[in-house]
Parts: sequence; C-alpha cells; structure tokens
Amino acid sequence: MSAVEILDYDFMRRALLAAALVGLAAPVVGVFLVQRRLSLIGDGLGHVALAGVATGVLTGAAPVWTALVAAVAAAVLVELVRWGGRTSGDVVLAVIFYGGIAGGVVLISLAPSGSPANLTAYLFGAITTTSAADVRVFAALAVLLLAALVLLRPWLFAVSNDEEYARAVGLPALAVNVALAVMTAVTVVLSMRTVGLLLVSALMIVPNAAAQQLAGSFRATVLAAVGIGLVCSLAGVGASYYADVPSGGSIVLATITVFLVAVALRAVLDRRHRLPRSGSRGGPAPAATPDPGGVR
Amino acid sequence: MLVTGGEPPVLAYRGCDVGYGEVTVVRDVDLEVRAGEAVALLGANGSGKTTLVRAALRLAAVQRGSLELFGTSVDRARDRARVGYVPQRHTVATSVPATVAEVVACGRLARTSPLRRLSPSARRADAAAVHRALDAVGLAGRARSSVGELSGGQQRRVLIARALAAEPELLLLDEPTAGVDAASQQALASTLAALSATGTTLVVVTHELAPLAGVVERAVVVRDGRVVQDAPIAAVTAAGYDEVGHHHDDDHHDGEPHPGEPHDAWLPRPAVGG
Repeated sequence: MSAVEILDYDFMRRALLAAALVGLAAPVVGVFLVQRRLSLIGDGLGHVALAGVATGVLTGAAPVWTALVAAVAAAVLVELVRWGGRTSGDVVLAVIFYGGIAGGVVLISLAPSGSPANLTAYLFGAITTTSAADVRVFAALAVLLLAALVLLRPWLFAVSNDEEYARAVGLPALAVNVALAVMTAVTVVLSMRTVGLLLVSALMIVPNAAAQQLAGSFRATVLAAVGIGLVCSLAGVGASYYADVPSGGSIVLATITVFLVAVALRAVLDRRHRLPRSGSRGGPAPAATPDPGGVR
Repeated sequence: MLVTGGEPPVLAYRGCDVGYGEVTVVRDVDLEVRAGEAVALLGANGSGKTTLVRAALRLAAVQRGSLELFGTSVDRARDRARVGYVPQRHTVATSVPATVAEVVACGRLARTSPLRRLSPSARRADAAAVHRALDAVGLAGRARSSVGELSGGQQRRVLIARALAAEPELLLLDEPTAGVDAASQQALASTLAALSATGTTLVVVTHELAPLAGVVERAVVVRDGRVVQDAPIAAVTAAGYDEVGHHHDDDHHDGEPHPGEPHDAWLPRPAVGG
C-alpha cells in the first residue's frame, strides 16, 4: 500500500483537508488557553457543541451550524460568568458543560432516527463523515479564525499574560477574553468531523505543552505547536484509514507521543546544561549575566 | 475647584474612600499630584498606599468622593493609555515561554489598534519604543532571552520596561525597589530621575524611601488608611520615618495584596540620600 493511495478517495481528501484546518488552528487558539490556565475550557465547549449537534439532527438543520451556535453562545456565557468573578463561577461552568452533554444525549434520543450511538462519530471523529459542504464551511471558518488570531495576537498575549495589567492600562480585557472564547468555540466546531468534540481540547493543548518544552519564546512556541498539530492531524487521519480506528483517537495519541518525546529531550538538554554550573536556581536555564536579584 | 491656572492636576483625589467590594481600605483622601511631580506614597504594609494607587487604575473602587485622572473622571478608560503601571510583583514568567521583548511589547498596546498595527511603520515604531525601554533598564542585551531565565531583579526590570514602553505621562510604580539588589535599585533611581527630568509625573508606592531619596521630591505618608502627612521630602526625612516604620501591620486586614513583601525594610539607610 502506498501512502498516496489514500488520496484516491474523495472522502479521504476531505478528511485530510478538514484535519489540516483544525490541526493548524487548534494550537494557535490553545496557546492562549494554556497561558490563561484554561486548558479544559475547550473540553467544556465540546460538551455544549454536542447539544448543538443533537439539535441539528432533531430539527434537520446542518449539525455544523447548530453546533456553532451552541458553542459560541456557551463561550460568551462562560466568559461573562468568569468576568463576574463570583466564587460560584466554577459551579456555573460545570452546570453549563454537563447540561450540554446531557441535553445532547436526550435530544438525539428524541430524533426519529436518532440514538446516542449516532453521537460517537461526533465525539471521537470519523474520517468518512466529512461532506464537501462541511469542508467549505470549515475552510471559511478557519480563514476567519486565523485572520482574527493574526490581528489580535498581541492583545490576546497581553491579556492572557497579565490580565490585571491589561485592565489597568485600559486594554479591553473583557472583549479580548470574549473573542478568545468565541475562537475556542469555532475551533471546537472545526474539529467535529476529524478530532471529535470530546478530544479537540487535546489538540489545542498538547501540541503547546510539547512545544513549550523546547521553545524559548512565545512566537517559537506557537510555530512549533502549529507544526506539531498539523503533522499529527494528518498522520492521525492516515492511521485512522489504515488501522480503521476513530481519527480523533489516533490524532491525539500522536500528539501525546510528540509530547513525551519533547519532555524526554528537555530532560536530556537540562542535564547537559546543568553539568558545568551546579548552582542554578532550578529554572529552565541558568541566567547568562550575574544578577543576584532577590538578595537584599 | 482647586485648579489654579491652566493644566488640571494629573491625579486628584477629592474626599475619596477607596476599597474592594464591601471593604473600605483608604478613607477621606484629598490629594493632588501635578504634572512633573515625583511623589512617594509612604507607609507600612497594609497602610493602604497600594490601594490608593490601584484606584487610579480602576483596580480598586472609589466608594465615595471623586478621583480624576488628567482632569476627567477615572472611569473614562481613554486616558488610562497615558498611564504606565509597574505592579507589585516579583516575576513575569508564565506557563508559556515568552521573551523579554514580547512581554515589554505589551506596554505599547494601549496606544495602538489591531488595524494600525498592520502598517509596518507603526510596528517599527513600537519595536523602537520597546528597545528604548529595555535600554533604560539595562536589559537591551536580553531582549530575546526567555523571561524564565532571568533573575528576580531582572524580571522586575522587565515589568518596569513594559511600563516605560508606553511612554507614559504618569508612571505609577508599586514597590519597585522591594526585593531588588542594591545595584538594580541604583539603576532604577537613575532611570526614574531621567524620566522625571523629561517631565514624566512619578508616583512611587514604597515602604523604604532611601533608594529613591534623590528622585522623589514630595512624600505622602499613609497610615491606617488615611493620609497623615504630605510634605516636601526634606521635611519627612528630617522628622524621621521611624514614626511610620515602627507601625507593624500584622493586625491589619485590609485586603491589600502583599505577595512576598519584606516586612522590616522600612527603616532608612543612612548611606543613601537624605
């Protein structure tokens, strides 16, 4: 079997294209989620998108659009709850997220031809399900998403890096946070054919976790994470074809493999780095110029 | 109105109570800072001096009275782009690696917009401002270093550079010398003196006057949430700060955050200034 064989099938070309789009976009959105320590928010929005999918199946509307509406609405709501800053915010998030998955299961059961088993493809990805219409919608969403990310990158970085400072100097922190939440929701929807709603969060987070083991700058982290996300998405879809496994599972396992390799590489590099200087502070690398900061 | 002559005060607290939620930290403050002044807000830990500054940044709420920034109510966010802020913090390192230049560049954003940044000349101007700011704090050579690799004192200087990159008219610094070695303190003092000489208004929250004695010209002493003294620096140093310094704060709970602030560093150091 040649690797090119998979390109002979229309459904595989569509699946690979959809995987490339989400593999490209997910790590770029995810890096800001990691920075804000909101790594699991994508998971929650995936739960809510499932209710959107079920609504689509029930009403005969395209699931992509109903999932988009549900995920974006939940994203905005979540960010407003967080902004309110009440201590119960955590509980509110749990209610929204589990309400989403419970609603999804119930709604799909109400559909004439539906059963919760129909949701499996959406949860874990299935390469045969990507339609030509899906690919067109995904491509349009991905272009919008990446354009917004390029334009807003410095603001997303500033607010995610130090929200209090951003607010203090008058940056529109709430608007930036809502924008990030909406971008996360769009990414979740992009994922629904290949990675799956239950696993998309991994594609947002794990490539970044791998990249930051080795990168020294934000820019390098993002570029490396995008490379990892893209390669793992394509490889995962290929593996799904040959091994007949859900593509979401193979994509995420590929990212975790890269992560483990990066961690091992980091450990080796640290060891080499530390041998000549034993007195470092235990940070990622010793400071190059002497500065006894912190000593009074 | 207390305004005399043309320009309104840069910062004007009028009968202000400031706090967080239900808690009032600072009471009945009347204080004006005029353009070009260099003012130290002095007081023991928990006295309320940080809260006073945070109100000007809308990080603490004005519960009574009024607070004006550049002559307009502090609630109008527009003018906050003219303010630089150095928070009371020891580190900038985050969960995602970032270089010194990437963090300092955040200081430019209040003065630009996503569309304006599309122009290469605007981006070049931002990069130049970031470089000048790093130069001013002696970190020009570390622009591409990961902030996680820097010492605590260097990370503090990154935060100062981020504020300088905004080219602010009013610079608010919260405990910029705490936990910083003597060499960095002197470098900071000369940086601030240079800014002051070019007309930047400085408000420095501190519990130790000595490192900045040559820079600040006026001292406002805050104790138990009230301004108890407001005088030229010479008058305060002549009276000695011990009056404030011996005031231990352990019995105060005003909600003011003090991460890692040293407790006994208030007493003056005769070696510097005075």
